Amino acid sequence: MIQRILAILHARNLEFLRDKATLGWNVAMPLLLVAGMAAIFSGGDRASYKVALVQAEQEINTAAHPYLETRYFDFIAMDQEEAIERVANHQLDLALDLNAGTYWINPESPGGYFAERLLEASSEEGAWRRQPASGDPITYVDWLIPGILGMNIMFSCLFGVGYVVVRYRKNGFLKRLKATPLRPVEFMSAQILSRLLLAIFVTLLLYGATRLLLDIRMEGSGLALFLVAVLASISLVAIGLAMAARVTSEELAGGLLNLVTWPMMLLSGVWFSLAGAPQWVQQLSNIFPLTHALTAARDIMLYGAGFADVLPQLLILAGITAAFLTVGAALFRWRGA
Amino acid sequence: MTGPPILAVRELVKNYGQVRAVRGISFDVPRNCCFGLLGPNGAGKTTTVEIIEGVTPATSGEVLYEGEKAGAAFRQDSGVQFQTAALQDFITVRETLEMFHRLYRRRADIDQVIADCALEKLQKRDNRKLSGGQRQRLLLAIALVNDPKILFLDEPTTGMDPQARRNFWELVERIRARKKTIVLTTHYMEEAQALCDEIVIMNEGVIVTQGAPDTLLKAHYKEIILELPEADLEELPAEFPFHTYRRNGLVEIHTDDANEAITRLSRAGAPLGRLNIRPFRLEDLFLDLTGKELRS
Repeated sequence: MIQRILAILHARNLEFLRDKATLGWNVAMPLLLVAGMAAIFSGGDRASYKVALVQAEQEINTAAHPYLETRYFDFIAMDQEEAIERVANHQLDLALDLNAGTYWINPESPGGYFAERLLEASSEEGAWRRQPASGDPITYVDWLIPGILGMNIMFSCLFGVGYVVVRYRKNGFLKRLKATPLRPVEFMSAQILSRLLLAIFVTLLLYGATRLLLDIRMEGSGLALFLVAVLASISLVAIGLAMAARVTSEELAGGLLNLVTWPMMLLSGVWFSLAGAPQWVQQLSNIFPLTHALTAARDIMLYGAGFADVLPQLLILAGITAAFLTVGAALFRWRGA
Repeated sequence: MTGPPILAVRELVKNYGQVRAVRGISFDVPRNCCFGLLGPNGAGKTTTVEIIEGVTPATSGEVLYEGEKAGAAFRQDSGVQFQTAALQDFITVRETLEMFHRLYRRRADIDQVIADCALEKLQKRDNRKLSGGQRQRLLLAIALVNDPKILFLDEPTTGMDPQARRNFWELVERIRARKKTIVLTTHYMEEAQALCDEIVIMNEGVIVTQGAPDTLLKAHYKEIILELPEADLEELPAEFPFHTYRRNGLVEIHTDDANEAITRLSRAGAPLGRLNIRPFRLEDLFLDLTGKELRS
């Protein structure tokens, strides 16, 4: 069995590595993206304002205080501990507890300075108790890089496997393999391994480049982050295999894969946080493996989470992998209808 | 060709929706022979072979290999050359063979396979850069990497020029000489006559005849054929008690007394310079049994 998996894996790797155009695109595109981001973000931080409201309810009552009616401010409900941590890391400009009459601010944060001045302007003098929350800033690019790495893994794993399997089926290569002792699970394992190796290689390359060019934050366990990348890759390859299990048309495969990738790109927190989004959107985002992968990656990179802290996300990714591999193996056809 | 059959097909049925492509056929493939499966387009021969090869599921019926239901052992022991099969791009002939080689427990000497299929000079060539004949030789080599006991060749010479086809036949003869069983699907009756020890002719999903080509021809025909161009025999002689047919610009005269037929033609003043005398061939049998012309 191992011999057969390795045979298919080796041949697939040779095919991929010698296809200079595809290889170049897979490696160069993400690197170009990082270079572009370096050019855009290396000069400064973001210029928008986010304020946490310390409260249990998700709903923000803007009538509770004139400050909450300030335009161009995002007010996000969260618990006190998380709010203070995010203020300390410059992820939020200010945290406000209306009931306790307290606010937290990082004295080093430029955004915090303006948020505080506006709070003072909209309140009576002496109405608030000021609490400092200090820490290194987490810039937008620090926050964005895990999203970029995850997005690259998503595209590489979903399209890289889905299209290849459909092409093999359409041109009859799978039919030829079916006449050998190779079993579907062996074929699928070889595809997973081949794409995993590529995805991890490119992710390591990107990670190294972003550390070098953008000096991004890395507070937690590198091993845990590596494990997140591996499980994210496998779960996405499994989804790609399940979607391509019977399809014989590249056009249909493209449509199906876009059906998955676009919602994930928008709702998994690649580009922006869903902290201020409606509750149902946040719940919906939990069905995507990328959401869990990015949550875990950001917890590790930005907040120093360890293996045990991200275990729930790792288990979810493993569960998604198992579910889609089972579905993929059950649906898999060597030939089209 | 002694002993129990290597392969037995029993009551095989294949439906595609409402269409019944194969209608309950049964036959045995004797050991160590070249077995031909012939039929016009739509006869069900490719479906039958693909069911035997295990790449298409049967609606009902069974395929027995060495007396057992064809399964894992059959896949290890069989080699398949499809008429067309895509291979991976960007990998070479030798790498392709090595990949397939590693899928089997039972393995041939890969250098010997390469030599047998005259691929020595093409080992480092990218699959995409092979000509049609070279590609067919590679597909045959892939079918041989496991030193198969039974080899399936599906229209292996379609698209080849006559010289390449002859070379391919010689190659198949050499394989057969090693006591292999070959199942050959072909449209070329000349190919079947040259290579096959036994044939099955299918039409509309059923078997219309089965046997050794010579035996079948002897059983069906006691006569020989005189052929003349239609231009040389526009009207038949008045007294001419032989069956005649006009096909493809020729007049065919079927007779068991060639001397008498030629004498009558000569007396009637027909020019005989372009007269051709030949025995019945598989092509004639095929036409008579199926009523259909071959694609070739």
